[in-house]
Amino acid sequence: MKWRILTAVAATVLLAIVAVGYIALRATDAPAAGTSPVRLAGPGVLIRDTATGTLALQRPDGTRERSDLRCARVYAAAGTGVCLREQPESYELTVVDRELKKLSSIPLNGIPNRARVSPSGRMVSWTVFVTGDSYNGGRFSTRSGILDSRTGTLAGNLEEFTVDGKPSAPTANFWGITFTRDDNVFYATMSAGGQRRLMRGDFARRDMHPLKDNVECPSLSPDGTRIAYKKMLADRTWRLTVLRLADLVETPLAETRSVDDQAAWLDDSTIAYGLPHQRGKGADIWKTPADGHGTPELVTRDAESPSPTN
Amino acid sequence: MYLTGVRAGASLRGAPARRILTGNVLALGLVSLVTDVSAEMVTSVLPAYLVVGLHLSVAQYGLVDGVFTGATALTRIAGGYAADRFRKRKFVAALGYGLSAAAKLALLFVSAAPAAIGGVLALDRTGKGLRTAPRDAMITLSVPPERLGSAFGAHRALDSLGAFAGPLVAVGVLAAAGSAAGYDAVFMVSLCFAVLGLVLLALFVRDRRDKLPPEAVSLRAALGLLRRGKFRSVGVAALLLGLSTVGDGFVYLILQHRDGLPVTAFPLLAVGTALAYLLLAAPLGRLADRIGRRPIALGGYAALLVVYILLATTSAPIWTIVILYGAFYAATDGVLMAIAGPLLPAELRTTGMAVVQTGQAMAYLVSSVLFGLAWQSWGSGPACLAAAAAVAVAMVASTRLLKAGTP
Repeated sequence: MKWRILTAVAATVLLAIVAVGYIALRATDAPAAGTSPVRLAGPGVLIRDTATGTLALQRPDGTRERSDLRCARVYAAAGTGVCLREQPESYELTVVDRELKKLSSIPLNGIPNRARVSPSGRMVSWTVFVTGDSYNGGRFSTRSGILDSRTGTLAGNLEEFTVDGKPSAPTANFWGITFTRDDNVFYATMSAGGQRRLMRGDFARRDMHPLKDNVECPSLSPDGTRIAYKKMLADRTWRLTVLRLADLVETPLAETRSVDDQAAWLDDSTIAYGLPHQRGKGADIWKTPADGHGTPELVTRDAESPSPTN
Repeated sequence: MYLTGVRAGASLRGAPARRILTGNVLALGLVSLVTDVSAEMVTSVLPAYLVVGLHLSVAQYGLVDGVFTGATALTRIAGGYAADRFRKRKFVAALGYGLSAAAKLALLFVSAAPAAIGGVLALDRTGKGLRTAPRDAMITLSVPPERLGSAFGAHRALDSLGAFAGPLVAVGVLAAAGSAAGYDAVFMVSLCFAVLGLVLLALFVRDRRDKLPPEAVSLRAALGLLRRGKFRSVGVAALLLGLSTVGDGFVYLILQHRDGLPVTAFPLLAVGTALAYLLLAAPLGRLADRIGRRPIALGGYAALLVVYILLATTSAPIWTIVILYGAFYAATDGVLMAIAGPLLPAELRTTGMAVVQTGQAMAYLVSSVLFGLAWQSWGSGPACLAAAAAVAVAMVASTRLLKAGTP
C-alpha cells in the first residue's frame, strides 16, 4: 500500500508541475497588448486584433495601434465605441468614448456575438449567444438588446418587444440589430418557426414589423437606402447580399465564400466583413463592392469585427 | 483521513466495512471528484471557446452539440455487458476515464472543423457512458447491501464536489493565463486532472473477482434480467420517474424568466443546486439506510413536485427552489442505484445498472422534448403544472413498483 500512496503523491506533484508550468508558459507567451494611446478618430478601421484579442485601429498606411482593452467584438461610430468584453465566466458590454474611457457597462448573459452603434453614436445594440437554452433540440438561442446611451434607457431583450402589436412567439430569437439615423427605427433578424425574417422595429413604440424572409444580420448603409446581410443558401452556407429597401431588390455580392458576420459599410459603396482562417484561431478582414461587381480584397490580416472610424 | 481510508481498503474483500468513506468507495469517490473537476472546467468554457475562440458559427455549434448525444446509450449497455462478461469492471471503467482524458488532449490540437470537434465531444461522451455503470457496480460490490445508501451518498457528495469546483478552477486558470491564450491552459489543466483520475483509479480501486458459475454471463442471461420481477419493477419505476423529470436547463431558464433575474445570476443557479446536492447527498444516503430507501427516493420526487409547482407561481423565494432542487438530486440519484443494485446478481450487475441508467437517460430526452412542446403551446406556468402532475402520477405508480426492491 505504501508504494501506491507514494506513486499517487508523485503523480499528483508531477501533474501539478505540468499544469502550473503550462499556465505560466501561456501567460508569458501571450503577445503583449499595445500601450500606445488609441483614439477612435482619423482615417482607419476599428478592429478586434485576433492575435491579442484586443481592440485596435488599423490605419490606411498599414500600421496598427493596439489598446489594452480585451474584447470579443467591437464597433464604433461618431466617437462612441462599444466593446463586448470577454472575461472568465462573465461578459459585459462596455461603452467607451473617443479616448477609450469607460462610460458605462452592463453585464451580458451569453457569449458576445454582434455589436453595433447607431450612426449618431447614441444607440448601442448587441447580440449574445445563450447556451443554457439548448432545450429546443440542440438549436442555439440568441438574445439581443439595445441601450440608449444618452438617456440610459435599456431594452435588455428584444423578445419583450411586440410584433405587429402582439407579443412575439416564445420561441422567437432575435439577432443583428442595425439603427437608422433617427436613432429610433432599427432593423433586426427574427427567427421563428424555421424562418429568419428581416424586421423593421420602432424603439419608442417597442414594436416590430416583418419585412422580408431569409435575411440575417442586417447592416444599414450610411445613406440608409440599402441593407447588407447574409442570405442562407440551399446548402446552408451564407452569401453576402445587398437589399434595396425601396423595392426589396436583392444583389448578391462578389464574395462567394460563406460569410457568417454582420457586415460593416466602410462607405456607401464598400462592405467589410471578417472571415475566419481555415485552420487556427484567427480571422482576416476583407472588403467587396456593394454593387455586386468587382472582386473581394484583403483589408488586413489577423483581425475581425471591422468598423470605419473617420 | 485519506491514508487511513485507503488502508481500510482491505475490508472490501468480504468483511463488512465499518465506515463508509473507506476503501473502494473513497477511492471511486476521489476518482469521480478529480474527473468531474476535469470535465466541468471544460464544459464551462467550451461554448465560449468554440464560438469566440474557434469562430464556429452558432448554428454549427448547435449541430456539434446535438448530434452525438444519443450515441452514448448503446456504448453504455455494451460496455456494461463487456465488463460483466470478462469480469473486468475496472478495466472498462478505466477505458471510459481514458477516452475522456484523450478527448481533453485532442481539444488542444483540434482545428475549427465542426466534424473534428464533434468527434472529440463524442469521444468524451462515449467515455462518460462507458464508465458510469462499472463504477456504480463496483460501489455496490464494495459494501454490504444495508450500507449501500450511505456508500452512494458519500460517492455522490465527492462527485458533485468536483462538479462544483470545476468551473471555479476554470475561472482561476483563465485569470492566471490571460484570456487570449487561456483556453489552451484550461484544457491542459483539465487533462492533468483527468490523468490524475486514471492514476488514482489504477492504484486504489479494487475490482472484486468472485468465482463465477460457468456460463453465468451470456447474452441470454443478460436479457433474462428483464424477466426478473423485482428488478423489472424498479426499472419501470426509474423509467416513469425519469419521464416526469425535465432538464436542468428548463428549470434555470424558467426561474430566470419568472424573476427577471439579473443576467449574471444564471450560472449561480447551477452552482447553488450543486452546493445543495453536495451537502445533502451523504446525510440523505445515511438516512436512507436507516429508515428505508423508498421513502427517501419518493421524498426526493416530492421535492421535485414542489419545485415544479413553485416554478408555476411567483411567490416562492428563489433559494427555496434551488435548495429543494438540490435535495431532489441528493435523495434520488444515488438512492435509486442503491435500490436497483442488490436486485441484480453480482455477475450481471454492471449490465443491469447500465440498462437502468440508459433507460433514465432516454426518458429524460423524451420528457425534455415533451416539456419543450408544452412550454411552446401553453406557456411556462401550465407546462410546469403539467410536469408536476406527471411527477405525482409517477410517484403513485412508483410507490407500488419500488416496494419490490426495498427492505
